[in-house]
Amino acid sequence: MTRLAVPKTYKLYIGGAFPRSESGRTYEVVAADGAFLANAAKASRKDARDAIVAARAAVAGWSGATAYNRGQVLYRIAELLEGRRAQFVAEIEEVESVSRAVASAQVDESIDRWVWYAGWADKFAQVAGNANPVAGPYFNISVPEPTGVVAIIAPQDSSLLGLVSAIAPALVAGNSVVVVASERFPLSAISLAEVLATSDVPKGVVNVLTGSPAEIAPWLASHSDVNAIDLVGAGALDWISLEVDAADTLKRVLRPESGPDAAAPALGRITAFTETKTVWHTKSLL
Amino acid sequence: MSFLEYAPAPESRAILSLRDSYGLFIDGEFVDGRGTPFQTISPASEERIATISNANEADVADAVAAARRAYDRVWSRMSGRDRGKYLFRIARLVQERARELAVAESLDNGKPIKESRDVDVPLVAAWFFYYAGWADKLDHAGLGANPRSLGVAAQVIPWNFPLLMLAWKIAPALAAGNTVVLKPAETTPLTALIFAEILQQAELPAGVVNIITGAGDTGATLVAHEGVDKVAFTGSTAVGRAIAKQIAGTDKKATLELGGKAANIVFDDAPIDQAIEGIVNGIFFNQGHVCCAGSRLLVQENIHDEVVERLKLRLSTLRLGDPLDKNTDVGAINSKEQLERIRELSDVGVAEGADRWSAPCVIPENGFWYAPTIFTNVQTSSRIAREEIFGPVLSVLTFRTPAEAIAKANNTPYGLSAGIWTDKGSRILAVADQLRAGVIWANTFNRFDPASPFGGYKESGYGREGGRHGLGAYLSPARVGRGVAQPRLETGGAASADLETTRRRSPRSPKSATKGSKR
Amino acid sequence: MSGTSLVAARERALAVLGGEPDDATLRRYLHGIPGIDAVGLEQRAAGLGTRSIKTTSKRWALDRTISLIDLTTLEGADTPGKVRSLVAKAMTPDPADPTAPRVAAVCVYGDMVPFAVDALGAAHGDPDDGLVSVAAVATAFPSGRASLAIKLQDTADAVAAGADEIDMVIDRGAFLAGRYGEVFDQIVQVKEACRKPDGSAASLKVILETGELNTYDNVRRASWLAILAGGDFIKTSTGKVQPAATLPVTLLMLEVVRDWHLATGQRIGVKPAGGIRSSKDAIKYLVTVAETAGEEWLRPHLFRFGASSLLNDVLLQRQKLATGHYSGADYVTID
Repeated sequence: MTRLAVPKTYKLYIGGAFPRSESGRTYEVVAADGAFLANAAKASRKDARDAIVAARAAVAGWSGATAYNRGQVLYRIAELLEGRRAQFVAEIEEVESVSRAVASAQVDESIDRWVWYAGWADKFAQVAGNANPVAGPYFNISVPEPTGVVAIIAPQDSSLLGLVSAIAPALVAGNSVVVVASERFPLSAISLAEVLATSDVPKGVVNVLTGSPAEIAPWLASHSDVNAIDLVGAGALDWISLEVDAADTLKRVLRPESGPDAAAPALGRITAFTETKTVWHTKSLL
Repeated sequence: MSFLEYAPAPESRAILSLRDSYGLFIDGEFVDGRGTPFQTISPASEERIATISNANEADVADAVAAARRAYDRVWSRMSGRDRGKYLFRIARLVQERARELAVAESLDNGKPIKESRDVDVPLVAAWFFYYAGWADKLDHAGLGANPRSLGVAAQVIPWNFPLLMLAWKIAPALAAGNTVVLKPAETTPLTALIFAEILQQAELPAGVVNIITGAGDTGATLVAHEGVDKVAFTGSTAVGRAIAKQIAGTDKKATLELGGKAANIVFDDAPIDQAIEGIVNGIFFNQGHVCCAGSRLLVQENIHDEVVERLKLRLSTLRLGDPLDKNTDVGAINSKEQLERIRELSDVGVAEGADRWSAPCVIPENGFWYAPTIFTNVQTSSRIAREEIFGPVLSVLTFRTPAEAIAKANNTPYGLSAGIWTDKGSRILAVADQLRAGVIWANTFNRFDPASPFGGYKESGYGREGGRHGLGAYLSPARVGRGVAQPRLETGGAASADLETTRRRSPRSPKSATKGSKR
Repeated sequence: MSGTSLVAARERALAVLGGEPDDATLRRYLHGIPGIDAVGLEQRAAGLGTRSIKTTSKRWALDRTISLIDLTTLEGADTPGKVRSLVAKAMTPDPADPTAPRVAAVCVYGDMVPFAVDALGAAHGDPDDGLVSVAAVATAFPSGRASLAIKLQDTADAVAAGADEIDMVIDRGAFLAGRYGEVFDQIVQVKEACRKPDGSAASLKVILETGELNTYDNVRRASWLAILAGGDFIKTSTGKVQPAATLPVTLLMLEVVRDWHLATGQRIGVKPAGGIRSSKDAIKYLVTVAETAGEEWLRPHLFRFGASSLLNDVLLQRQKLATGHYSGADYVTID
């Protein structure tokens, strides 16, 4: 006699809570063979707005944490993910209809990517910043600081790795994130949110929306309280319009990427969501 | 007589040998533009200085084509060492002709000769010296070994620091191996054209730098030209926004240095006399035509009255008048349009209930002038506390605690610069940490140096000019083969330029972009 | 200053300080004064130094410079003959040009005062009246390392010999050790020793020796201390320590007297001394005075140059302005 399974309800992740879409909408997530897997929440513009509010509220605390602390928090995500490795592998197998080996590789790579970026938290400023030898009696230093709220259209062709590759670098510097997950493969994103909710990541630092990127992205791109938008997974959208919308408040924009190297780990992904601040201070013995 | 009135001490104009008319500088030669020529005038007297060519669409195309040829055939193939030597030559020539450039700048722009002589032109030379040395050291720019130049840079600069902005743009572009088409502002083309003569003296290969004159439409045409790989713009946020929209969906990289409404925060333990000087320098330097001007004075409420009183005393010693007089502190407003905008916003301030005080100075009969002005009783919601006036007008607001000062300072869509005045070191560092602005001056203001990155947060633009970061804005990392992403992990990219490898792979045309990225 | 005004000065000091001028009270007060940012101060001074003074303004400035000079000789080798020579130069700076004004004062060691007074004769008096004062350095100048009794006697002797002005040194050791009360008290007592039998008093210049105080914050505190204690002038240096007068330090002291004037209505003088040798430098000081304390400070009772070689350079410049061609060292007298 087999036991009857208890399926999970996949909801959004906003401000550390798991609400349903305020619109009450869901959409069917299906396997490659069309088999029903779950109803995912279909986020609305109001959910996007709520997520941005939560993200903005989280910026001060997250960017104000020490870099050492942020590194540990990011590393803790890797630890928890490792512990729930089997769950993610199974989920990806099902959603992406791939072999266990392929799914495992994606999870392993995702875990390792958290580890890689975690290690950058207290180092990237040393590489991207510097003291400036100005011609005068001044102490002068340039340091990278987080840009603020970063909206991300996650890579659409992977469940977990694309998502992690996009959000981890933005978190390193202390940004908070509103990410629109892969429309087709949203389940791992919500499972990751469950990991984040039980890790040490403060609420609001990562907000996960599932649903239609085409519907949500314009609201993110045009929202005045978003400082940067990563269109890495927006290649299939009318991303030029998104870039045009983003220009209204001079948002920093990363253009779409595609292929297996999309959102490949790079220091540039961290510094893309930083602002160089240069501080001058007078210097004298007298 | 009053000693303080000082006898006139005009800088001699004899050092200038201006032409009656100037062409466009394209492919190493001056050529006539095909648009309708315009006059450049002295804003201090409204007298005509010279007739300036106007570049039309065909001229822009010629300039971009010349830059492309020079890039393909000469400049991108030249060794960094030789590129550096050209930049050193330019730096030296600027120094040799420094006084001439300073006089021309003050004549055309209206800024006091002491500023063009002691600030603008020396910094121009310094900028070329600094970036000259980078030309053969690009491996150390922070983008890994063998970084690539971008190609043709379209550079559009403002009228407030005409020659200095030219240097900020051209020096790093050339050091990195790019070629340039630069458009100076319509009201201040003169020093750029003298600079073109300097390039001829330096024997810079033809087409490496092209200087085309004209109005906003010429700039827009240049930025939009498909042969352009990089756009660098300094000017208003409105135009910067339009440029960002214009280049959306293209491969063009952009550096935008836009507007500001900087807070200059004075705590009650500030070194008061230096703070007063810093406030004056912050907003009245260059008639307040400074994007990073300290136009919002945030003064701790318990010293508000004292600071305002001292400020008024100090402003009463400022000397407004002939920009070429060596004792002039406040020169002419650059144009009639700008003067009208300053007047308009200033009137808005009065209408909003703020108290206006202007320094008692005699306004010359001809030309465009605005007396140094302070508004007190300004509220956070006042337009004069939020909009960039770009003139010698200071809005004074108060705060009670450091947290309130930071909140008020950051309460703006801009984020270019800020000032902090206090004797308490730990407070300076903590406040500097929390201000959302690209340049923070602590116990000083309006300092610039080629080694020091400059640029804004938020709607003040993006990208940095100056220093290693400014160089990175004209470079991208070495191209790596597809699927060989791993080496990039080790390259110490300093900027988003690091992403160029992947971005290059993204579809160029809007059409293919919408369908090209599915796997 | 009369005896009653001395009392008034003390009362004002007490009112400003809010207590007896002991170390603790003075420390609290002096350390509560806003600090100085050295870089900003030096930049402001450099900016003032770029003023370009031409034609009529320059002519006025040169003559005014002469009339503000304390023509000084402070050598161990000073003799009555040297002092007589100095006085002659003070009265007739340019024998070829009677329009050249007289200097404000001659400044000598205390034991030379009688010779200076004698040599001046009828020309001895208030510089406001076109006459020449006699200033004497006192209080164990330049080090100030002597007992208070010696310092007071030194002062009293000079005043008795006819000195109109006393240039005292503060005890820098006491100041740097935080014994502000002692420094204050000494100034008060020296001020007392400046009194003459007729009820008048010699004007008191308080030398801070800024080169030894080292920091601008110290200079500002010492300036306030000297003014609170009753000094009529604050003076930068003895000329025996480097650096002596600098434009930034003088600017700073001018800011103090400006602030004191704003606070009390009383005008205190400033005297940069040592190292000012050229007309060009002197004019920078005049500009700094005019743009900081105000043009009204450019008179002998409120501003002096302590200098010796400056005078001849000013005379050479005057000759240039008068004749249109450059002059030479042989056309001015060596003293």
